[in-house]
Amino acid sequence: MTDRKISITEDELHAYIDGELPAERRADVEAYLAAHPEDAERVQSWRAMAEMLHARYDRVANEPVPKRLEIDRLVRQPRKWMIGAAAAALLAFIAGGGIGWIAHGAAASPPAFQSFTLDALDAHRLYVVEVRHPVEVPGNELAHLQAWLTKRCGWTVRAPDLDATGLKLVGGRLLPGPNGPASFLMYESPSGERFTVYASKTPGGSTQMRYTMLDNDGALFWADRGVGYVVSGGRDRERLSQVAQAVYDQSEKNGS
Amino acid sequence: MSAFRQSVEAMIPSLRRYARALARDADVADDLVQDTLVRALRSERLFLGGDIRSWLYTILTNLNKNRRRSLARRPQLMPLSDNNPDASGTEAEGRDIEKALSTLVEEQRSVLLLVMLEGLSYREVADIQGVPIGTVMSRLARARAHVRAALDGERPALRRVK
Repeated sequence: MTDRKISITEDELHAYIDGELPAERRADVEAYLAAHPEDAERVQSWRAMAEMLHARYDRVANEPVPKRLEIDRLVRQPRKWMIGAAAAALLAFIAGGGIGWIAHGAAASPPAFQSFTLDALDAHRLYVVEVRHPVEVPGNELAHLQAWLTKRCGWTVRAPDLDATGLKLVGGRLLPGPNGPASFLMYESPSGERFTVYASKTPGGSTQMRYTMLDNDGALFWADRGVGYVVSGGRDRERLSQVAQAVYDQSEKNGS
Repeated sequence: MSAFRQSVEAMIPSLRRYARALARDADVADDLVQDTLVRALRSERLFLGGDIRSWLYTILTNLNKNRRRSLARRPQLMPLSDNNPDASGTEAEGRDIEKALSTLVEEQRSVLLLVMLEGLSYREVADIQGVPIGTVMSRLARARAHVRAALDGERPALRRVK
């Protein structure tokens, strides 16, 4: 057999060691490795690496589970034991965010929709990392949430129903906006993916949607009859547009 | 206890192992597991069947990503040295692999651990990270090359130029 005829890709070497290689290719890879000691050594080093990982971390899985991670405990007394720590964390986040707000004000004035979107993205980043206190009013108090935000913001705030996109309302809060108060709603998928809808008054009338991406966060801005909206989420642009479209469609229907 | 809760409970040891390797610090790791469990239990009614195991890894991976994002604004304090002179051979080796892992970027570390430590398939990891399988494979290849270089005591940045 002439090994030159066997062509094996880098991906196949990995697939071989991870048990992802189609059975019919195994013999080819083995023949190739027999003829290429350097690659064989590399593959061997991956095996050794896996052994080191297991030697180091399997004992964590074998430790007794700490009391605080017991399911019964988590189900029976949610939150209580974490309030102190969470409140401290929240304070730290607010302090950090406050600096962000001020810095924005001092920056050379970019187009209004840009700074508007940045404000929304700041709020998004500040609160999506919150596990226990992401919102002031939870989504199950929908009527109260909408009435409160409507009263404070000065336009009809309706939390859109995003079930069709797999998102459930976590709740909302009131924030300082560029031209008065801003409403801030958070949605979440079962896997923990979070989207936020930020809205505040904006001098312009209506605009089309504008997309921006900052680090790993995407945001879509548009204005509709004097209210600016920003839907923020992850880096998946299509997913973000789908969510924003659902929000847009409903604000259209519900708008005052 | 419901079947759902039993399935979640059965995953706790593996989640702790993954979190420890991912976050390095034991307390941070258990915080991540705790937040994952709280979120999973809260979403019990939202869970529409499917693979609970993958779902839990997804939540934990997302939470860690969010945590790191919030840390990115603050200076990160790492221990200056964590030498333990009494360490036996295996412990020293454990430190080496820990150090090597800590040099990986987030996505690569996650892929490496999910495949090599937790035994997930490329398909499952692709779903967890929300990327195509090809991306998982290139992240895995880069992570392995990087860890190997770190274990060999080379400067990974130099080696990767080749």
